[in-house]
Amino acid sequence: MTDKPEKFIDENGIRSDGRRANEIRDVKIEVGVLSRADGSCYLEFGKNKVMAAVYGPREVHPRHQQKSNRAIVRYKYNMASFSVEDRKRPGPDRRSIEVSKVSREALENQIFTEYFPKSAIDIFVEVLQADAGTRTAALNAASVALADAGIPMRSLVSACAVGKVDDTLVLDLNKNEDNYGQADVPIAMTPDGKITLLQMDGHLTPEEFKQGLEMAQEGCRQVYELQRKALIDYYSKKTEVVTEATTAEDVKKDAPEEPEDVTPVDVTEDTEETEKIDDTNEIGVTKETDDTKEPGDTKATGDTEETEDTVKTGDVEELEDSGEEVPETGKNADETYGQMDESEEETSNE
Amino acid sequence: MNKDIVSIIQKDQLYNLMLKGKRADGRAFDETREIKIETGVIEKAEGSARVEIGDTKIIAGVKISPGTPFPDTPDVGVIITSLELIPLASPEFESGPPREKAVELARVTDRGIRESGAIDLKKMCIIEGEKVWMIFIDIHVLDDGGNIMDAAALGSIAALLTATIPAERYGLGEDAPLPIRDIPVSVTAVDIGGGIVFDPSLEEERVANTKLTVISNQEGAIAGMQKSGNGSLSPDQINHIVEVACKKAQDIREKFLEI
Repeated sequence: MTDKPEKFIDENGIRSDGRRANEIRDVKIEVGVLSRADGSCYLEFGKNKVMAAVYGPREVHPRHQQKSNRAIVRYKYNMASFSVEDRKRPGPDRRSIEVSKVSREALENQIFTEYFPKSAIDIFVEVLQADAGTRTAALNAASVALADAGIPMRSLVSACAVGKVDDTLVLDLNKNEDNYGQADVPIAMTPDGKITLLQMDGHLTPEEFKQGLEMAQEGCRQVYELQRKALIDYYSKKTEVVTEATTAEDVKKDAPEEPEDVTPVDVTEDTEETEKIDDTNEIGVTKETDDTKEPGDTKATGDTEETEDTVKTGDVEELEDSGEEVPETGKNADETYGQMDESEEETSNE
Repeated sequence: MNKDIVSIIQKDQLYNLMLKGKRADGRAFDETREIKIETGVIEKAEGSARVEIGDTKIIAGVKISPGTPFPDTPDVGVIITSLELIPLASPEFESGPPREKAVELARVTDRGIRESGAIDLKKMCIIEGEKVWMIFIDIHVLDDGGNIMDAAALGSIAALLTATIPAERYGLGEDAPLPIRDIPVSVTAVDIGGGIVFDPSLEEERVANTKLTVISNQEGAIAGMQKSGNGSLSPDQINHIVEVACKKAQDIREKFLEI
């Protein structure tokens, strides 16, 4: 751990990491990065690195937790033991229990839980590297992952902290400012200005707090734009590729009137695919083959441009590899259920 | 399920009252219930207090003993706060390790004490890097009548104010009172359909979606805050709560300092 610096802000109003008082750190957001989750997001906020996954709406385990009129929302914030300077003991501690609680409460009301009675929406956030402001980073990632999972929401939730160092209010504290600063106020809000998370520790006069709240709101607005952009970029790319792919496939097939037996050329691909699935679970092959066609289509979508350039046979393999990484909810429906049981067991153990 | 139905009916009733500017127990929106504080209730503890806010009853005990400091803070004493929602306090509480509600209450109580600098922890060092005084604050909730948060915070500071360091028992010099520098006071408000009411009763707490706790220190600055519950608040509501809470805290503190 570095020692307390003499000054956090130099005479030009520049902070130790080169930012001004009202600037947030660089944010990087990647959508849909996990194949098995229904929605996922990898987010970097300065040196914070977090990964969020959303599963659901799915069956509630343990069953007594289910609500007859709405879905329950569960949020699990977990810090990796290697995410901090001194190894953190793995597992939930009191801090992460509290963070999980307030974060869940920050998101819960934005989700239309009444659409999914008797089900659960599980949000898991893993802090891979921590550098002050992990709960806000985690919340930002979780919010994007929920959107990626297609969970109907009233709005996204965007979070940002404000704090005080050298008697000056600064936006989005870095590690040193957090450790040695005078106050830290994590805030989350919706784009229409409703504050859904607010915590504070340190020392602030009511006037400073009022001013800080305004700064944090501005920070949240910036984060919101970035979240929105990341989602739009990801999904606009996705749809573009899909349309191209369908046309390419159609030309190849030349027989669109029989959708059941499409892609006779790719028989090898299909059988290979079925074998793979048979390994993992043994359910009626006929149904399986039906399912495999879908990913087959999308797979092609992923690499259409390449397909046109390179030789066909070589491509089939490549496509399969990439296809496995594409999140496809339809494809692994049964597998997903299998996995669900596992993860639920884990949760109930705690 | 049953509880849900009751709370929907109650929500309606309390909301309608709120529209008329009233509360179920006849209090004004910013009026707190009667507070009773009794200190020194447990002789075996180094400091103790029993606090009642309306129906809510809690007992806070402070135990102090020498221990090893954390490696990153070798020259300051250690505060460890825990809170238990024991089953005798409410049909909704179950025995077992603290759940998230208890953890949150304990951590916010701890935040108030720690961040306001209430205890001069530098003076709690015996031998740097080896031995410091460990201060254990344990809060037992005896009766849940709503707003356990404020009662817990009040109980912990009241117990600390009357605590002595048991130096003689450990052969470390003479007993001395705990060095207290500040008196943080927690004030909680809930949002009922847009109306902000302070010191919520159990039924108000149950129907409210959002709760905000503001802990302020002697000079009227904020030392800690926590929004709880799945609803949201507007910046105006928050600023209103902060303003009233700091004022209320001052009133409570004045009353409190007389003990």
